[in-house]
Amino acid sequence: MDFNIYDFTSFTTWVHNALTSSMSPGWAMFVELAIVGVVFIAFYAVIGLYLVYAERKVCALIQNRKGPNRVGPFGLLQTIADLFKLLMKELIYIKNADKFLFNLAPFIVIIASFMAIAALPFAKGLHAIDLNIGIFYLFAVSSLGVIGILLAGWSSNSKYSLIGAIRSGAQVVSYELSVGLALLSIVIFSGSMQLSTIVESQANGWWIIKGHIPAIISFLIFLVASTAETNRGPFDLAEAESELTAGFHTEYSGIKFAFFFLAEYMNMFIVAAIAATVFLGGWMPFHIPGLDGMNHVMDYIPPFVWFMGKTAFIIFIMMWFKWTFPRLRIDQLLKLEWKYLLPLNLMNIVLIAFIVLMGWYIK
Amino acid sequence: MNIFKYFGEVFGAIRSLWAGMRVTGYYSIRPGKVVTQKYPENRKKLIIAERFKGEVIMTHDANNQHSCNGCGICEMNCPNGSIEIISNKITNAEGKSERVIDKHIYHLSMCTFCSLCIKTCPSNSITWGHDFEHAVFDRNKLTKVLNQPGSSIRKEIKEVKETKEA
Amino acid sequence: MEEIFQDIIIKKSDDYIINMGPQHPSTHGVLRFELCLLGETVKYIIPHCGYIHRGIEKMCEKNTYQQIIHLTDRFDYLSAHMNNEAVCLAVENALEVEVPERVKYIRTILAELNRIASHQLWWCAFGMDLGALTTFFYGLRDREPILDIFEESFGSRLLHSFNCPGGLMHDVHPNFQKKIKDFIKYFRKILPEYDQLLTGNIIFQQRSIGMGILSKEDAISYGVTGPSGRGSGFKCDVRKHHPYSAYSKVDFKEILYTEGDTFARYKARIDEMWESLNILEQLVDNMPAGDYTVKMKPIIKLPAGDYFQRVETARGELGCYIVSDGNKNPLRVKFRTPNFSNLFIINKLASGNKIADLVAISGSLDLVIPDIDR
Repeated sequence: MDFNIYDFTSFTTWVHNALTSSMSPGWAMFVELAIVGVVFIAFYAVIGLYLVYAERKVCALIQNRKGPNRVGPFGLLQTIADLFKLLMKELIYIKNADKFLFNLAPFIVIIASFMAIAALPFAKGLHAIDLNIGIFYLFAVSSLGVIGILLAGWSSNSKYSLIGAIRSGAQVVSYELSVGLALLSIVIFSGSMQLSTIVESQANGWWIIKGHIPAIISFLIFLVASTAETNRGPFDLAEAESELTAGFHTEYSGIKFAFFFLAEYMNMFIVAAIAATVFLGGWMPFHIPGLDGMNHVMDYIPPFVWFMGKTAFIIFIMMWFKWTFPRLRIDQLLKLEWKYLLPLNLMNIVLIAFIVLMGWYIK
Repeated sequence: MNIFKYFGEVFGAIRSLWAGMRVTGYYSIRPGKVVTQKYPENRKKLIIAERFKGEVIMTHDANNQHSCNGCGICEMNCPNGSIEIISNKITNAEGKSERVIDKHIYHLSMCTFCSLCIKTCPSNSITWGHDFEHAVFDRNKLTKVLNQPGSSIRKEIKEVKETKEA
Repeated sequence: MEEIFQDIIIKKSDDYIINMGPQHPSTHGVLRFELCLLGETVKYIIPHCGYIHRGIEKMCEKNTYQQIIHLTDRFDYLSAHMNNEAVCLAVENALEVEVPERVKYIRTILAELNRIASHQLWWCAFGMDLGALTTFFYGLRDREPILDIFEESFGSRLLHSFNCPGGLMHDVHPNFQKKIKDFIKYFRKILPEYDQLLTGNIIFQQRSIGMGILSKEDAISYGVTGPSGRGSGFKCDVRKHHPYSAYSKVDFKEILYTEGDTFARYKARIDEMWESLNILEQLVDNMPAGDYTVKMKPIIKLPAGDYFQRVETARGELGCYIVSDGNKNPLRVKFRTPNFSNLFIINKLASGNKIADLVAISGSLDLVIPDIDR
C-alpha cells in the first residue's frame, strides 16, 4: 500500500486492486460503492453539524455575542446535542397533509445535496466519480432539491408553507441560469467540463487571477446567485422568518426538520466547494510564478487542506452576507436576476469568449 | 435605460452593500467587543445596583429584631394585595395591650415592584432586597413570610418614627 | 364621505385568508392580522386586537392616584416614564401643585433617555422584520447603557414607577449626570454605524422608499401621531406645541418629513434620536439643585371635574383623561394611547402591497401591542 497525502491516486488504485483480486468484479464494484457511501454519509453528518456550529459562532461574533459555549469545550458538541434532541422529538403528523409526499420531501432534498458531493474533487485522485461532464452534472443535481421544497410546501396543506414553496420555486428556477452561466465562463477559459481537468488547468494560477476582470465578475455573480439558489442569506424568502414564520418547513418537526436544516448547510458547502474548485483552484496550492521558495512551502500544505480552506473562506463570505443584509422582496429578487445578473452575465460571457479567442488572459 | 445610469446603479449598490459589510466585518474580527456575560459563572462578581428592586424584605438586626409594628399602611398602599399582615394583640410587661405582627406575608407572585409600600412605611422596616433569582417550581414558594421566626419588635421604634418626621 | 367608506372591507367566501398572528414573529406581540392574499399581494388586512387586554382603565377606578402610576407603565412598556408622567402631570395640574424645577428637569431627561431606548429597540426590531438579523443585537447592545442608568437610579430597568404625583419617588443617583454624559459620547459615535448598516443599504432602501405612503390628510383623520405622523408632515409634536415639564426651556427641532413612506418614518425616528441627544446635552449640565418632590397628602383627592393631560411618548401622543367626583379614586380614567390610533391605518397603507411590505410597514409604525389593548 502506498498512502500519499499529496496524491490519492495510488491509494484508490490499491484499494481497487485489493478488492478485485479477492472477489468478482461485480462484488468489488458493490463493495466500493458501499465504502464510498459510508464515507460520504459520515462526512455529510460531520460537515453539516459543524457548519451549523460555525454559522452560530460567526454570527455570534458579528453580533458581539459569545455563541454556543456550554456543551463541550467552546460549545463544540452543541450541534450534536441538538441533533440528539431533534432525533428524540415527536414527528407531528398533519391531519390533512398528503402523507406520502410529506414524508418523501425531506429525503428528496437531502438526496439531491448528497448526490452533488460525489462529483467534487477533494484532493488529487480523491473523488467518487470524475465525470467528463462534471459541471453539467452539478447543475442538474443541485436543481433537484427544489422539487423537495416544492413538495414539502404543497403537501403540508398549510398556506404559509405553500407560499414559501412557490417563492422557492420561482427563485431557484431563475437563479439556476446565473449559476450556470457564471460557471460556463470558466468552462470557456479551461476548455473542459471535467472538474479534474479544470483543477489541473489551474496549476500555474487560479482562474480568478488568470482570468482577471471577467473572472472576478463571474465569481461575484456566482456568489450572489448560489447564495440565492441555496435559499440563504438575503435571499431566504422561502423560509422568510419574519413573514412566513418558517416557510416551506413550517409543519415539519423532529428529524424531518433536521433534514431540511442539514440540507441547507450542505448545499452551502457544495456551492462553496464548486466555487473553490472552479474559481480558486480547488485543491491546487497557491503559486506565484518565479517565487520558487514560497511555492515549495505552499506545496507542503496537503491538497485536502487547501480545498477545505478555500471552501471555508467562501462559506465565511456567505455567512457574512447573511448576517449583514436585509431580505429582498420577491419581485426585487426576480428583478435582480433578470434585469441585472443575467444581462451582466451574458455580456461577461461574450467578453470572455472574445478574451479567450484573442488569448488576452494569463496562460 | 441609459447604459451609464445602469452601471452607476450597479456600482452604487455594491458600494452601499460594502458599507454594511464593513460594519459587521469590523465586529466579526474583534472578540474583545463581545458584550455577553457568562451568567451563572459570574454570579460572584455580579454588580447589582444598590437601589435594585429584587424583592421586598424586612430588615432584621443582630438580635433578630425588626421595627415593624404592624400598622398595615403597606398593606393598604399595595395596589395588588401582595402584602397581608396578621397581627396579634398581646399584653406587655406594663400591663398595656400592644399590637405585634404575627406574620408579615408577602406574595412575590403578585408584586409589581411599584415600591409604594416601602415609600410609605412609617418605621422603615421593609426595604428592597437584591436577590433576583426568583424562579421556583411551585408557585406557593413565592409566598413569603418576611419576619423571621422568633423575631420581635425593636423597642426604640418610637424614636425612629420621630427622626423620620424630623 | 367617500373617503371613509373606502375603508370598509367586504369579505368574500373564496378569499384566500391567512392569519398572521397572534403568535407570529413580526407582529411583536399578540396581535392578529387577518390577511386576504392574491398570490403575494395583500388584498385587505383586518387587525384583530384584544388578546392582551387587561382592563387597566377599569382597574384605575379602584385604585388611588398613587397606585394608578404603576399600571400606566404597563401599556407602552418601552416608554414607561412618559406614561407615568402623563398621570402625574394630570393630577398635579388638577391640584394646582407646582413641582420643583429639578423634578421638571429630571423628568425631561428621563423622557428623552426613554425615547432613545425605545427608538433603539424599534430600530433593531425593524431591521429584524426586514431580515437583517444583526441589527437586533446592535440595538440591544446600545440600549444597555440607558437601562443601566435607569437601574442605578430607580432599581428597575424597564418598568420603573419612578414618578409620583408631586415629584419623584426619590432623588436620582449621584452618578446620574456623569453616566448620561458618557452615554451621549458613546452613542454619538455609534449612531452613524446604524446608517451604514441599514439606512444606506440598497436593499433596505428598495424595500422602504415609496412603500406604504401615508398622506398628511389620512394621518390627521386617523390620528396617526408621533414619528409615524411626522413622517407624513403632520406637525404633532406635543413637546413643541404644548410644552410640559422642561421642554419650554430647551431648543430642539421638530423632525418633519413630507414623503410619508416607510423610509420617511424610519428617518424621522433616526433623526429623533439625534435630537434627543441634543436635548439631553442641553439639560444634563443645567440640572438645578433642589427638592425631588413636594409634600403631598397621603391620600390625594382631586376636586370634582375632569382633567386632561397629554404627553409625547416615543410612539406618539398619549392623552390621560381623568374624571373625578372628589373621592380618593377617580370616577373614570381614559387613556388615548398612540398605538391604538396608529394601528388602524395599516389596511390603508399595506393593502395592494406584498406580504413583505406589510411586515415592513407594520414595523415602521412601531406597534407595541399592550399599548393597543391596554
